[in-house]
Amino acid sequence: MIRVAVISGKGGTGKTMITAALAHLLPKSLILADCDVDAANLGILLAPKRIWMRPFYGMKTAVIDPDLCTGCRECDIHCRFHAVGGDEKEYRVNPIRCEGCAVCVQVCPVSAIRMEPRICGEICLSSTSVGDLAHARLRPGSGNSGLLVHEVKKAAFQADKGSDLLLADGPPGTGCPLISTVTGMDIILVITEPSVSGFHDLKRVVSVARQYTRRIVLAINRFDLDESMTEEIERWCQEEGIAVIGKVPFDPAVIDAVRSRRAIMRSDSFPAAQAVQALASRLIQVAEAK
Amino acid sequence: MKIAVASGKGGTGKTMVAANLAYTVSLTGDVTLVDCDVEEPNLHLFFPSPGTVTTVTVPVPIFDEQICDHCGTCAESCQFGAITVLRDRILFFPELCHSCGGCTLACPKGAIREEPARVGQVVVSHPAPRLTLITGILDVGKPQASPVINAAKEMAKDDDLVIYDAAPGTACAVIETLDGSDTCILVTESTPFGLHDLRLAAEVADRMGIPSGVVINRSDGYDTKTFEFSAQHELPVLMTIPFDRKIAAIQNRGDLICRSEPIWQERFTDLFARCLALSGVRT
Repeated sequence: MIRVAVISGKGGTGKTMITAALAHLLPKSLILADCDVDAANLGILLAPKRIWMRPFYGMKTAVIDPDLCTGCRECDIHCRFHAVGGDEKEYRVNPIRCEGCAVCVQVCPVSAIRMEPRICGEICLSSTSVGDLAHARLRPGSGNSGLLVHEVKKAAFQADKGSDLLLADGPPGTGCPLISTVTGMDIILVITEPSVSGFHDLKRVVSVARQYTRRIVLAINRFDLDESMTEEIERWCQEEGIAVIGKVPFDPAVIDAVRSRRAIMRSDSFPAAQAVQALASRLIQVAEAK
Repeated sequence: MKIAVASGKGGTGKTMVAANLAYTVSLTGDVTLVDCDVEEPNLHLFFPSPGTVTTVTVPVPIFDEQICDHCGTCAESCQFGAITVLRDRILFFPELCHSCGGCTLACPKGAIREEPARVGQVVVSHPAPRLTLITGILDVGKPQASPVINAAKEMAKDDDLVIYDAAPGTACAVIETLDGSDTCILVTESTPFGLHDLRLAAEVADRMGIPSGVVINRSDGYDTKTFEFSAQHELPVLMTIPFDRKIAAIQNRGDLICRSEPIWQERFTDLFARCLALSGVRT
């Protein structure tokens, strides 16, 4: 199986729209993973039907037993995440701030603190017309997004029945969830846009991605909104040895498709659809090249 | 007064709103703009200006092999799997370490001490007469965004008016940014993606007890669902910015619409007044 991740650095460049389109256009058997776990949107375009769902437990969270607590404040003094609050009458742990390090359990002289499992979200496997989709929902305000990405990828691998390709829709950024997404990927497709922000973020995310694979390719979305910036990005890619395998024009038909909750398909002929179809063909060539 | 600009979905225009709001307000008063999107900070692109750099570090354990007898207590205490103790040596994985200090406390021999390890930097600049820009930048390849966000916010803690530009999403980095904010602007776009993620971001702000309002960006007139959602959740729609290739072009080249089209100064002044009203903070 060839593993492909779609990432961008900057958010909103069109990762999800292009991932959903590729899922329809690649002539391969697929398993899909939505690794943007804190704002998972791939399902919106693929009409998923739930196969199973299970809770996701992140790090355990500290809980103080008020009956045993003597109010000595040792936990508060040692907690580096400022998660302990309250006063000598009653100390409490703020679960949003608690990192689950258990230092408070270690320092409590009267063993009044225990670590409890906490549900931080759900992991789902769903079927779609283009392959099974592993996805998740991180409870808003929960941490552990990198860990959840890892679990989503694991769910995809476990559900896989010999697909040709894993296609993962990645998160924006360069931190924990992004690193968790690109780990173990064969090919990384970066989606950018011709803006100073898009270009800046592209450079950063490519230097992270390079630590995981040399097979990095690029597509420029809405390239015609600033053709000179597009040229500048293309020049940079040439210097860096990154192939630009697609250029998708700005096209209101894309917004219409997203509003109808559907992906670009083979039967679509509007300009952006044609460009994404060409991108899919190039991606297959990249995947099949050794 | 601390205003956070967040969104859930990426690319809805958080940075654009934060930059224009801060610039407009700085024409009549002091304002500090903090880029808390430390994985991909972009505000400096709109305000190029030389700055002073401070390194951000986190404490990580250093193991004294002379004293250590490989008892394994540190590895047992570490909840993050960052330490593995073998018979004759210790393996430490800094990317998994949360700098909690648990191993140092746990070691019965006192063989562990902590040393600072670099994870990023904070750059402070003054791009306009009454505007201070504080940018948190996570080192490329480092996973720990939270310490860099904290360091950036810390530098603005004594300032009266602060605007935080958050990362996209709803996880740790966003919570870290919203913590301590008086009000939150949720920037969205009128698509199913925008609405889905607005719902999540609104839930985070609500759970943190921060009053929020909505800014609809790139509006092409099909905003009914966003208005309905906002009304149901008692989120005032603070501003609507139309989709316009001219605005996109200004934004894409790193400029501010309130600088090139003065009408936007009035609109962002109005947005600021609405944020003040929403926060309930008296100035």
